[in-house]
Amino acid sequence: MKNLKTLAALLVVCLVTACAGPSKSTVDDGAAGAGQGGASSAGMGDGSMGQGGAMGGGGSGALGGPGASQENRIIYFEFDRFDIKPEYNAILQAHARYLSSNPSARVRLEGHADERGSREYNIGLGEKRAQSVRNVLLLQGGVSDQIATVSFGEERPAVIGSDDEAWSLNRRVEIVYGQ
Amino acid sequence: MTMRYIATPLAAALVLALTLVLTLANPARAELQIEITQGVDTALPIAVVPFGWQGSGAAPPLDAAAIVAADLARSGRFAPLDRKDMLQKPTTGADVKFDDWRRQGSEVLVIGRVLQPGPDQYEIQFQVFDVLRGEQLLGYRQPATAADFRRSAHRVADLIYEKLTGVRGVFSTRIAYVTVVRAPGQAQGQVKSSYRLVIADADGENPRVMVESPEPIMSPAWSPDGRQIAYVSFESRRSEIYVQDLRSGSRKRVSARPGVNGAPAWSPDGRKLAVSLSRQDGNLDIYTLDLNTQVLTRLTSGPAIDTEPAWSVDGSQIYFTSDAAGGPQVYRVAADGGRAQRVTFEGSYNARPRVAPDGKQLAVVHNDRGNYRIATVDLARSTTQVLSSGRLDESPSFAPNGEMLIYATREGARGVLATVSANGRIKQRISALEGDVREPAWSPFPPN
Repeated sequence: MKNLKTLAALLVVCLVTACAGPSKSTVDDGAAGAGQGGASSAGMGDGSMGQGGAMGGGGSGALGGPGASQENRIIYFEFDRFDIKPEYNAILQAHARYLSSNPSARVRLEGHADERGSREYNIGLGEKRAQSVRNVLLLQGGVSDQIATVSFGEERPAVIGSDDEAWSLNRRVEIVYGQ
Repeated sequence: MTMRYIATPLAAALVLALTLVLTLANPARAELQIEITQGVDTALPIAVVPFGWQGSGAAPPLDAAAIVAADLARSGRFAPLDRKDMLQKPTTGADVKFDDWRRQGSEVLVIGRVLQPGPDQYEIQFQVFDVLRGEQLLGYRQPATAADFRRSAHRVADLIYEKLTGVRGVFSTRIAYVTVVRAPGQAQGQVKSSYRLVIADADGENPRVMVESPEPIMSPAWSPDGRQIAYVSFESRRSEIYVQDLRSGSRKRVSARPGVNGAPAWSPDGRKLAVSLSRQDGNLDIYTLDLNTQVLTRLTSGPAIDTEPAWSVDGSQIYFTSDAAGGPQVYRVAADGGRAQRVTFEGSYNARPRVAPDGKQLAVVHNDRGNYRIATVDLARSTTQVLSSGRLDESPSFAPNGEMLIYATREGARGVLATVSANGRIKQRISALEGDVREPAWSPFPPN
């Protein structure tokens, strides 16, 4: 359990820092898989691996579950929207499958917004985004107790910057396993 | 580490909470710097002569006249004469040579004396003269102690401002704001953030850190009596609402329900907080929370994001942001419940309403051709006036006299504060010495 927490913390750090430049690092993905102990990260997603266009760029891990590579643990959104784009269906399906076959697994959906507009409204947007992801996971086999949500609004940007690229990387839900 | 002795996570959380609060004792050094970026060309020429000193010791605790002159200059409505250009420096009315001041173009003259009736007792006596007529407009004695000497000097400026403009001054009010300093963490590429809730005098002096946390702090809101502040803290990795007493620093967690706990706003009688909660269903709605009875009353429902409540001046209505019509717009609902009515119609984005002290206008964050700017909405005529000119302006807050608004803006990539007069004519920029500043909240008037 302690390992899991450390792992989750590491992943968050990795997310925040790896996104600081245009190229995303996958350095921690290997460690993530190892820390989890193989059992969970294996076997996931093989079937759907090739489908979603979302996971370009050498995602070597599983699609769903704690072993999923970084790009398979972040769902991005359009401005002032919280509906989930179809390209994320495969990823979310894989996470839902992981949750349903690992009843003790817990996931925390962290919703975020870009910096534009007012801060508390952006907390609302982040929460709506996390709820959208939660609803998909529930529909596809996750159980309510397994899925917590939190919204950080625009308070914890993945990327510091005030251009379209930074904004698009900040409008996101991060899927964090642990706890 | 003291953590060793902690038996339960709850106790650990309590100790953490205490550590957070105890930073109250540290006055911060990071002062704000204020500069006028746009003034009026009709600023009134005024001369504030250095005050005389009639106490024991070499000098009074502070140069009261300098504080008064700086306050008046900062308002943008007065142009104080430089001390070195003064032909005489009278400290009593009998010594004033009005002809000298007329020749220099000063229309108003302020003179004064600081007396010391007791060991830690001071009295600032001052007089305000109409130079053209050679008449006294105001004479007043303002008591002070060494500890509140600066505040007392601001009071003097408030009184002068009110005499000359007809509007109560706000120099002795305070500003709450949030600062964020990001520093490299221990691991390479890691970023460590430090969030602080700070309260400073309206001129940026005397900043005091009320809370410090590695997790976000948001949405400071003053109680109507200016003695407490409500805010949102993520210190337990989720949003929770706290109420903190400013004098003692002690605080209470008033809402930590599942989901979002956000946007606290005090009712005018100080008994309730309006808040935005998402609770179990994940749906943000407006509630009121009675601070004595803990009774929670739901005011809105439905799938829309309802947040950022603000009470009307008489406490009967609550304005709030809702995306019920697609994008965010301002709505109004009776404070005891009922049907919500839409208030803003101009533009695609109007959010985070704040009610002007006279109740006639709202300040909002308004999308102005792709830029997020501060605007006021006239409630009777439903007209919108854009006041700021930034790209990412937010968090407007009215001064308690309604003459100015303070808001958050950007200077390059940095978060800074700015003020603008309600008529848009006078502007100031306020920046911290380090890090980002955001979410300013102007205090109410201090008690008389």
